[in-house]
Amino acid sequence: MKVGVCIKSTPDTDTRIKIQGAGEGIDPAGIKWIISPYDSFALEQGAQTREKLGGECVLFSVGGGDTQKNLRDGLAVGADRAVQIDDPALKGADSLVTARVLAAAIKAEGIEIVFTGRQAIDLDNVQVPAMVAELLDWPHVSMVSEFALEGDTWTAVRNVGGGAREKVTGKLPVLVTTDRGLNTPRFAKLPDIMKAKTKKVDVKTASALGLSADDISPAVQLSGFGTPAERSKGKFISGDVATQAKELVRLLREEAKVL
Amino acid sequence: MSGILVLAEHEGGKFKKTAYELLGKAKELAGSLGTSVAAVVLGDAPVAELGGFGASKVYHVAGDFSGYNTLKVVRGLQAAIDAAKPDVVLAPASYTGKDAIPRLVARLGTGQGSECTELRVDGGAVVGRRPVYAGKALVDVRISKKPAVFTVRPNSFNQPTPAGGSAEVVAVSAAFGASDDRVQLVQRMEAESTVADLTEAERIVSGGRSLKSAEQFDAVVRPLAAALGATPGASRAAVDAGYAHHNEQVGQTGKTVNPQLYIALGISGAIQHLAGSRTSKVIFAINKDAEAPIFEHATYGVVADLFEIAPLLTEEFKAALKN
Ligand SMILES: Cc1cc2nc3c(=O)[nH]c(=O)nc-3n(C[C@H](O)[C@H](O)[C@H](O)COP(=O)(O)OP(=O)(O)OC[C@H]3O[C@@H](n4cnc5c(N)ncnc54)[C@H](O)[C@@H]3O)c2cc1C
Repeated sequence: MKVGVCIKSTPDTDTRIKIQGAGEGIDPAGIKWIISPYDSFALEQGAQTREKLGGECVLFSVGGGDTQKNLRDGLAVGADRAVQIDDPALKGADSLVTARVLAAAIKAEGIEIVFTGRQAIDLDNVQVPAMVAELLDWPHVSMVSEFALEGDTWTAVRNVGGGAREKVTGKLPVLVTTDRGLNTPRFAKLPDIMKAKTKKVDVKTASALGLSADDISPAVQLSGFGTPAERSKGKFISGDVATQAKELVRLLREEAKVL
Repeated sequence: MSGILVLAEHEGGKFKKTAYELLGKAKELAGSLGTSVAAVVLGDAPVAELGGFGASKVYHVAGDFSGYNTLKVVRGLQAAIDAAKPDVVLAPASYTGKDAIPRLVARLGTGQGSECTELRVDGGAVVGRRPVYAGKALVDVRISKKPAVFTVRPNSFNQPTPAGGSAEVVAVSAAFGASDDRVQLVQRMEAESTVADLTEAERIVSGGRSLKSAEQFDAVVRPLAAALGATPGASRAAVDAGYAHHNEQVGQTGKTVNPQLYIALGISGAIQHLAGSRTSKVIFAINKDAEAPIFEHATYGVVADLFEIAPLLTEEFKAALKN
């Protein structure tokens, strides 16, 4: 089985975000880049699938900077090798451009199943995975919390919103986006981290994957980065608990008008 | 046509709140653009009523959409877009908005702004504004190809009041094929609770690690939520400790919520938790530590032992909401 896992480097969750200049973007200084947390479930599922069925687990990631370091972190938790698409021409890429790049790389590797996190926690677009599947002409299943593969038939449970879940099934190939609860990601042990350093990371450009200037020209422009308005200072309610409870209900009703 | 096309989602024979929110906003945007609003409805629903909310046309896609099927939804929406030729498509950031809409955008070869919390007209085009980096920043999204697609976070816009008016219903048939049945529904497991999903809830009561056990979470957080008709939520620490379900986690790696009222019981207010809840209109925090970071973001705060005050609040809310 040829398993693919797509991951993205995102700022660590406790990073303070500072706006650059007059709102052109965010200031990259001092940001620690981690594998987007939902991608950890994809890495684990990819590793388990490859361990069970043999074959190969290949990681894919688009980006420069710490992307390669994060790919090595991913290689330390089970994958065999990685493909990094690092290309200055992709600066300003939108989701569809990124999806075109990933789809081309996945196709070139002859992958049969792809796992990827349900969303990256930087822009929270929730776009790239479904777009990759469309471009590959594969079905996809989003926000999966249970998954099984028997022969070429897979079964998944997806979280469809409103607390409802659906069990669905189909045949390979398929792209699956992973949600919390799917598995417990393993921690890399020192020998695995050492071994990951010797695993192969192919670095490619968009044109090497056969993409044209049109393919990589974005339709989405981001501008006017700013910080949200501070919440106005709140107030403490004093008194004993019975007084506090009564006063709170009054405030919610009369002042905040939310009851 | 051009104009704005709104995906009006429905469930159990009724349109969802987001359908009205989006139509209300679309009407306002269309007003400044000098264009019209249409709705697209997949499957059986009381389509005629949408006229009262500003839709001049309803593209009604026939077919069985009772079991969710991504590929059929994409095919259906594609057919409606072929018929309506809109400049802008608005959809809720619901499961469909997250699962099917990006796939549709890839098929159309355009672009999408996800989970916008504001939409405005600027330079003759619709521009979305949305939180990024877990709400630590906001950004404008412009889309240079047509149709420009925006999904909108639930509860971002007011519910419009029906104004009267009727819509022309245009029947659309989509060319469904065998390839649209590549994912088959085996079984649907309904939510155990009947309250709104966290992402759509107007009131939320969340509990943290301080609850100390699943039993106490059930005995303290859930009854308080029930008294308010609120949806229960939890911090990651509470979820990891097994006090609450994965689906109930609020925060950067859980659900992003946008309620009118968010009550945090014994939650410290870690940046990852606030990331998912900071846009709540009113935040009320109970914590025994007056220095807890949650208080910096709370509208109202009480320094108290939650086990003492929560049962009293439950009774107060019950009494207050009775009349
Ligand atoms: C990559 C990553 C992603 C994360 N994602 C999320 C996320 O999505 N959501 C999330 O919530 N967290 C997330 N976290 C975890 C986050 O950093 C915090 O650890 C977590 O939110 C803490 O939960 P808590 O407030 O319940 O617990 P604590 O931080 O332990 O706080 C407990 C609070 O309860 C108070 N308390 C204790 N007893 C009582 C009492 N009897 N009465 C009143 N108050 C009392 C204490 O004073 C304290 O303030 C993430 C962390 C990482 C690293």
